Amino acid sequence: MAQITEQADIRPLNGFGLWSEQIAFMALVAFLIVAPTFIYPVLLMKALCFALFACAFNLLIGYVGLLSFGHALFFGWSAYACAHAAKVWGFPPELAILTGTATAAVLGLVAGSIAIRRQGIYFAMITLALAQMMFFFALQAPFTGGEDGIQAVPRGVLFGLFDLSDQMTIYVFVVVLFLACFLLIYRIIYSPFGEVLKAIRENEQRAISLGYKTDRYKLMAFVLSATLAGVAGSTKALVFQLASLTDVHWTMSGEVVLMTLLGGLGTVFGPAVGAFIIVAMQNYLAGFGQWVTIIQGAIFVVCVLLFRRGIVGVIAHALRIRL
Amino acid sequence: MFELLGIPPQALFGQLLLGLINGSFYALLSLGLAVIFGMLNIINFAHGAQYMMGAFTAFFLLQFGIGYWPALIIAPIIVGITGIVIERLFLQRLYQLDHLYGLLLTFGLALIIQGLFRHQYGSSGLPYSMPAQLSGGHNLGFMFLPNYRGWVVVLSLIVCFGTWFVIEKTKLGAYLRAATENPTLVRAFGINVPRMITLTYGFGVGLAALAGVMAAPIYAVNPLMGADLIIVVFAVVVIGGMGSIMGAIVTGFGLGVIEGLTKVFFPEASNTVIFVIMAIVLLLRPAGLFGRAN
Repeated sequence: MAQITEQADIRPLNGFGLWSEQIAFMALVAFLIVAPTFIYPVLLMKALCFALFACAFNLLIGYVGLLSFGHALFFGWSAYACAHAAKVWGFPPELAILTGTATAAVLGLVAGSIAIRRQGIYFAMITLALAQMMFFFALQAPFTGGEDGIQAVPRGVLFGLFDLSDQMTIYVFVVVLFLACFLLIYRIIYSPFGEVLKAIRENEQRAISLGYKTDRYKLMAFVLSATLAGVAGSTKALVFQLASLTDVHWTMSGEVVLMTLLGGLGTVFGPAVGAFIIVAMQNYLAGFGQWVTIIQGAIFVVCVLLFRRGIVGVIAHALRIRL
Repeated sequence: MFELLGIPPQALFGQLLLGLINGSFYALLSLGLAVIFGMLNIINFAHGAQYMMGAFTAFFLLQFGIGYWPALIIAPIIVGITGIVIERLFLQRLYQLDHLYGLLLTFGLALIIQGLFRHQYGSSGLPYSMPAQLSGGHNLGFMFLPNYRGWVVVLSLIVCFGTWFVIEKTKLGAYLRAATENPTLVRAFGINVPRMITLTYGFGVGLAALAGVMAAPIYAVNPLMGADLIIVVFAVVVIGGMGSIMGAIVTGFGLGVIEGLTKVFFPEASNTVIFVIMAIVLLLRPAGLFGRAN
């Protein structure tokens, strides 16, 4: 079976290649420390939430080869759960995020056990349809606030110590949370579990014949990906103090696919890079209305036809390093 | 008048008819998807956008004084030609790659097409009036049947079974089926398979456009009219399995009727019932009702 990622024909790493990921990570941390001095922190936090969302999505497409076209389901519903917990139940932010994340994990388990019954294109269509179903639930359920969403969600005081209504405090919190999840994903990718996932991506039949229960691995990866998308969605709800239908709509699922594709499927840093570019583009082109959608569509077409490695993939391939 | 389970028959049959109409569109669209998938191994995400283009083309033709009846033929041909251009420009480059790239590319195309139409025409609907010959309706005693709606169901049935007949019972269809199974061998017999693939895509897109023209007098002509519909059609395709033409037709009509009945008995669930059925079918019979397990 052909692979969606083009990392298979990777060239041997040069001597610098083993250190490239560490260096890139340090550069990322340095950027996040300096960035608030010249970029509006709310925009940075938005980009970080989407970067985490895209990294979670990439865990599935990049390392198991499963294209989920319904990841907005986990992003949006975790945002609703987190916002509801913080606003109605009065949970502190750490518990609200935990509520949102747990919601995404449970939804991931249910959606995953249905979706992994089919492969390839069907998997994409099934996840899309399940997400659309949950979109209609969100539209009709009383607690989601319908078209208005859940507004004015209190950010609260983290661990009773840090007041998140302060812009810089919540920025530091979002950065720490993002980096922690990023390292967790990195750890998963290079763990023995991650190696089995890659084996399934390359050749599922052979992985089965080697005795791996591939369905369990796929489900586990799906739940992990949904859970991490849940962290992203919950954080987004606190940052913007809003959970709305936009977050569960299929356009959101499409956006996360776009970010990952643009940055580079199956690369460690690609999804984050893609997310930053798309969020920046949406921000600076916001005044152009429908042109944003048209440009996003054009990026899809260009990436698929000419640029399947994505930005980070191209760089990694050219320099013979891992990124 | 008798009542059925506490539901007045007018409401019941009315919703049943609406369900049949929706089913007609599901059947036409999932048929197009199945035909395209069979030859190109690509799931055409732009199908909803092309359905919308069909409706818009009918609307434009009307500005030039070309009415519904010619539009029924002309619009699918025009939109089908745009499909052929898309296949030649983009899709043919993807056949050697993973199927998912076709999905991503056509998704991008759908975004571009819908974005352009919204940029030009906003998101409010444009009116398209029904042909005079089909206005009005018949009172069948137990329900009122608007002529146009009856016509949509009948035409959809004719087109669906016509397509089935061509593919399953004619020589052309035999070539198509053979090329689906083993394109290299069919080429060795001197049949131009790439051209057949191109024309198949054009035909599938034309079917979507035809559905769009038929929908224009019922639903407002609107840039996003196909955006949500295509997701429902995907669910229909998953339920039916894309292996069989007849499966696509039967599932399309059947699910339309079930959706209509849900509107009567449990209106809250009418938006989601098809997705719920999809989940149940996947749990019980992962290959789909008419699909072949592989």
